[in-house]
Amino acid sequence: MSRRVVITGMGIYSCIGKNLEEVKRSLYEGKSGISVDPMRKAYGYRSPLTGVVERPQLKGMLDRRLRVGLAEEGEYAYMATLEALRTAGIDIDYLDKNEVGIFYGNDSSAKAVIDAHSVVVEKRDTALLGSGAIFQSMNSTITMNLSTIFKLRGVNMTISAACASGSHAIGLGYLFIRQGLQDVVLCGGAQETNHYSMGSFDALSAFSMRVDEPAKASRPFDAGRDGLVPSGGGASLILEEYDHALKRGATIYAEVTGYGFSSNGAHISQPSNAGCAVAMERALADAGIAAADIDYVNAHATSTPQGDMSEAVAIDCVFGASRPLISSTKSMTGHECWMAGASEIIYSTLMMQSSFVAPNINFENPDEYSCKLNIAAKTVEKNIDLLLSNSFGFGGTNSALVVKKYK
Amino acid sequence: MTRKEIEATVKKFLVEEIEVDEKNIVPEALLKDDLGIDSLDFVDIVVVVERSFGFKIKPEEMADVRTLSHFYDYIETKIGDK
Repeated sequence: MSRRVVITGMGIYSCIGKNLEEVKRSLYEGKSGISVDPMRKAYGYRSPLTGVVERPQLKGMLDRRLRVGLAEEGEYAYMATLEALRTAGIDIDYLDKNEVGIFYGNDSSAKAVIDAHSVVVEKRDTALLGSGAIFQSMNSTITMNLSTIFKLRGVNMTISAACASGSHAIGLGYLFIRQGLQDVVLCGGAQETNHYSMGSFDALSAFSMRVDEPAKASRPFDAGRDGLVPSGGGASLILEEYDHALKRGATIYAEVTGYGFSSNGAHISQPSNAGCAVAMERALADAGIAAADIDYVNAHATSTPQGDMSEAVAIDCVFGASRPLISSTKSMTGHECWMAGASEIIYSTLMMQSSFVAPNINFENPDEYSCKLNIAAKTVEKNIDLLLSNSFGFGGTNSALVVKKYK
Repeated sequence: MTRKEIEATVKKFLVEEIEVDEKNIVPEALLKDDLGIDSLDFVDIVVVVERSFGFKIKPEEMADVRTLSHFYDYIETKIGDK
């Protein structure tokens, strides 16, 4: 009998809310977290649109030595992890006595690198960088900091897989628990939102220019979409072996039952509907279910013309016969990039718990591909027993996760 | 800069930036054992001293600096040398 993997804790810090309750309300109400960042225009961006996330004030919450290594995305991850551990009923005493692992998605720490570079250019002396620069600058900044702060002694590594990082992190946590290598793993994803972080992405002209209407800028699957809106924050989940969770008396939010992955082996930035479909089909097969069993698909759809088209074709290919409800929560949050695969599992699980499908806001006119999908343009009250969440990234990395309601 | 001003500046950055407990800041306090300043904190103190006093600490010059009083002496000497 295969070991089962359940979600026993969740924490979220995002542009649509700084905890589970706020986020659930925003999802239900279809509230956008997008605005204009004047710094981006001044810095030289083509598009100043971004998800706006408030920086937490950690002074007074966290000892200086544990704080100075945290870059912006690490602060978000820390806040999300506090909520995830709290909802999981895991305190510092538990962490002292038990082995917990961490897989966290992150694929940049641009501000820390650029800030350090600026100091050295000015001072010509690396000794004046201070002690935090190295721990903030590395891609593994989040896992190295969270494992230190929370005394984690299990598997410990960062997953860098572009915009599928957070999803793969959950997939790997799920596999490690199912394989019997770990009983509890902290999984998640985080993304910095400062104006240094997305300049090179903006260079590709991939961002929406609907500057006059920020809340309408992110419009996945809509015929009038003109690009994505970058965003960020932190999303943490506690994955746990089922019997272990029962013995602890933990609240079980849902069960992770399938993980599928693939790589397009093709263009570095152009998506592949075939690659997306393989990840989805593999996740369904891993979960031992048919496409028709899925009640809701949380699409990756970022609001780019090419990406949404490709995913629409892939979803139609896999789910064309059953046509489950579909929405892209990026219509509200923007594209949370390295964090998105983890946050969207939290968003979807919140919907599952409260029996609704959050709207794909700004879906006003379908195109020739999205017209074949059953997209929820408004909030739909609906029981969700099984859902699938997609995440795709540059380099053709694809991930899909299946989550089942816990009854 | 007078000795008193040096002491006040050091106290301010130790409390505000290095987050040393103010009540432990006495001249005879041992930097490591009494104030809890570790090797990484010392990397940050190099930065703050450069900003506050305009010179860069050389680690080899700090070999005999064990107490706060020694640290004030060291800063006073370095400023005097400039």
